Amino acid sequence: MKKVFWVLWLLLTVGLASYYGYMMWYGSDKSQLLIGETSYGHYQIEMACSTCHTSPFGGPEVLQNACVQCHGEELDAVNDSHPKSKFTDPRNADLLKVIDARYCISCHTEHHKDKTRAMGLTLPEDYCFHCHQDVRKNRESHKDLGFDTCASAGCHNYHDNLALYEGFLVKHANEPMFNAIAKIPPRTAVQRYQEKYPDAQAVTIVDIDVSQYQGDLDDALMHEWLESAHGRNGIECKDCHLDKKSPNAWIQKPSHQQCESCHQQQVKGFLEGKHGMRLAAAVSQPLPAISPGESELPFKSDALNRQHSCSSCHSDHTFDTKLAAVDACLACHNDKHSTAFLSSPHFVLWQKELSGELPENTGVSCATCHMPRIEKGKDGSNNFVSHNQNLTLRPNEKMIRPVCMHCHGLGFSIDALADKQLIETNFNGRPIHHIPSIDMVLEREKSK
Amino acid sequence: MTHAIKTLVVIGILSSTAILVGCGGEEKSVGIDPKIHTDALFAVMNADRTNYTKLIVQRLGPKGAGAIVPKEEWKDIENGAPLPAQMFRAGAEAVRDLNDTFTYSLQSIWPINKQNAPKTPMEEQGLQFVVDNPGENFYGTETLGDKKYYTAVYADVAVAAACVDCHNEHKDTPKADFKLGDVMGGVVIRVPL
Repeated sequence: MKKVFWVLWLLLTVGLASYYGYMMWYGSDKSQLLIGETSYGHYQIEMACSTCHTSPFGGPEVLQNACVQCHGEELDAVNDSHPKSKFTDPRNADLLKVIDARYCISCHTEHHKDKTRAMGLTLPEDYCFHCHQDVRKNRESHKDLGFDTCASAGCHNYHDNLALYEGFLVKHANEPMFNAIAKIPPRTAVQRYQEKYPDAQAVTIVDIDVSQYQGDLDDALMHEWLESAHGRNGIECKDCHLDKKSPNAWIQKPSHQQCESCHQQQVKGFLEGKHGMRLAAAVSQPLPAISPGESELPFKSDALNRQHSCSSCHSDHTFDTKLAAVDACLACHNDKHSTAFLSSPHFVLWQKELSGELPENTGVSCATCHMPRIEKGKDGSNNFVSHNQNLTLRPNEKMIRPVCMHCHGLGFSIDALADKQLIETNFNGRPIHHIPSIDMVLEREKSK
Repeated sequence: MTHAIKTLVVIGILSSTAILVGCGGEEKSVGIDPKIHTDALFAVMNADRTNYTKLIVQRLGPKGAGAIVPKEEWKDIENGAPLPAQMFRAGAEAVRDLNDTFTYSLQSIWPINKQNAPKTPMEEQGLQFVVDNPGENFYGTETLGDKKYYTAVYADVAVAAACVDCHNEHKDTPKADFKLGDVMGGVVIRVPL
C-alpha cells in the first residue's frame, strides 16, 4: 500500500513539473504561471512574461535589468534623487537590510496588486523614515510632520524632484497664479520639415500614384489627404502605404512602424506610454494593441473594443491634431476628470483658440497636459509632442515644469496638483489647501 | 656505472620533487598592500579634484573666462557646472556603477548635507583623527553588513577661497568659520578584504 502512495506521489510530482515546465518554456498561454494579480503599470504585458523575467531562474539582477531597460532613461532624465549608486556604498549596508534600495522591486513588488499603493509602491507609505528620521530633529518645520506624508502631500517625490527641490522653490517663490504671458510652446514639426525640404510642393490630385493599390479609390479619403498637413507638404499616398523594404507591397493599414519612419520621437513616446506599450519592441512576444475594455479605468461603452494605434486618435487621412487633442480622448475616456473637462476653464480657452478669439498656443486641451509639447533645442525650434501620456502623470508633480508653469506660478501649481477634488472637477475652481513647501524654504532662507 | 645510475636516480627524484612542489603547491596570492592601494587611489582623486578646481572652475568660472557657472543647482541652469565637491561625488557614484573593488566618499563632521555625516564608528574615528592630526592619514578595518573592509581616511583640505566661502555661507552649514588650509572633512576609501 505504502509503495502505491510513493508511486502516485512520484507520478504526480513528475506530471506537475512537466506540465508547468512545458508551459514555462513552450506554452502560448502562461496565465496559470501568474503568482498574483499584476499592477496597473504592467497588466498590459503580463502575458509576455520574459519581457521582465528574461531568464526563468534569474534573481533580482535579472529583474533589475528589465526595470532599467524600460524606465532607466526616464529616471536619468529627471535626475533621479535616489539612483542605485547612492546605495552601493558599503556605509549604507545597515540601511539595505531594512530596504534594499539597490533594486526597484524592493519598493515596487509586482504581482501583489492587493498591496500596491499609488505609484506602484508596495511598502508602507512612511518608508522615508528608515533613512531620513533625523529630519524631524534637524528641521524645525518638519518636527510635527508624519513620514507617511513626505511623498504623498505634494512636497517630495522619491525619484523626480525637478519641480520640488529647494533651489527651484526659492527661485520661483512668490509667482502669481497666472503668468503675464500664458502660452504653451508652439508646434515646430511642419516648420522643421519645410526648412529641410524647401522644394516640397503640396500634393495635387494628379500627383497621386496608387498604381499598387488593388481596390476602389475613395474620393473623400483622397481629398482628406490633400487637405491634411501631409498632403499640403508633399507627402504622397505611397510614402505611408508602400513598404520601404518591398516597394511594390501595398500596406492597407499602415501601423506605427510606418509613422515611425518620419515621427520617431512621437512613436517612441507612444510605445512608452499606456496607449502603445504592448507594441513596444521591448515586449518579448507580439501582443494585440490594448483596448479600453481591458483597462480598469472607466471608458465609454462603445469604445471598449477599440484597439489603440496612431490612427485611432489621429484619424487616418485627415491627421487633424486638434481632433486628436480633445475629441479623440473623450471618445474613449469616461472618468470624472475627463468628462469634467468640457465644463472647465481650460476648455473655454481651448474653444477660444479654435475660434480664433485667442492666439495660437493659448488654449488648453487634454493633450496640452497629458501629451505636452516638449521644448527641445536652444532656440525652441525643435519642439515635439510627447506621446507618452504617462510622462507627466504619475506622480503628477512631474507635470509642473513641462506643463503647468507655462501658464501658472509654481506655488499655485503645487497646490492645484495636490488637490484631489480639484483634479476631479478638472480644475474648475481654486485649490482648497495650501502646500507649505515654498513657505518653509523661504523661512529657511530668511534665517540663514 | 652503478654509482652513476644511483646518482642519476637521486637527481631525478629530487628534480621531480622540486618540480611537483613548485607546480602543485598552492600559489600564495601576493596582492597589493591595501594601504599602498588606497594611498594611490587618493593621490589620483586628489590630483583630479585639484585640477578640476584650478583648471576648470577657476579658469572658466566667474573669476576667469566666465564661460561656466559652477553652482549647486548646476544641472538646472544654462552653462552650469558642478562644484568641485559635486564633481568628486559624481565620480564616486560613477565608480560604484562600474566597479566593486573599492568605494570612496566625501564626508565631514560638519556636513552641509546630513547624509554625508559619518555613519560608522570607524568613519567617526577617522574623520576626527584627520582633523586632530593635520598631515596624517587614518587607516583601519571594519565590518559592514557581512563584509570586512580596509578603510582609509584622508583629510579634505580647503585649497581655494571658493571652498571656504561656499561652506561658510551655505544655509545648512554647521560650521561657518572655515579658513584656507583648514581640514573641512575627509575622503573615506574602502577596499573589501
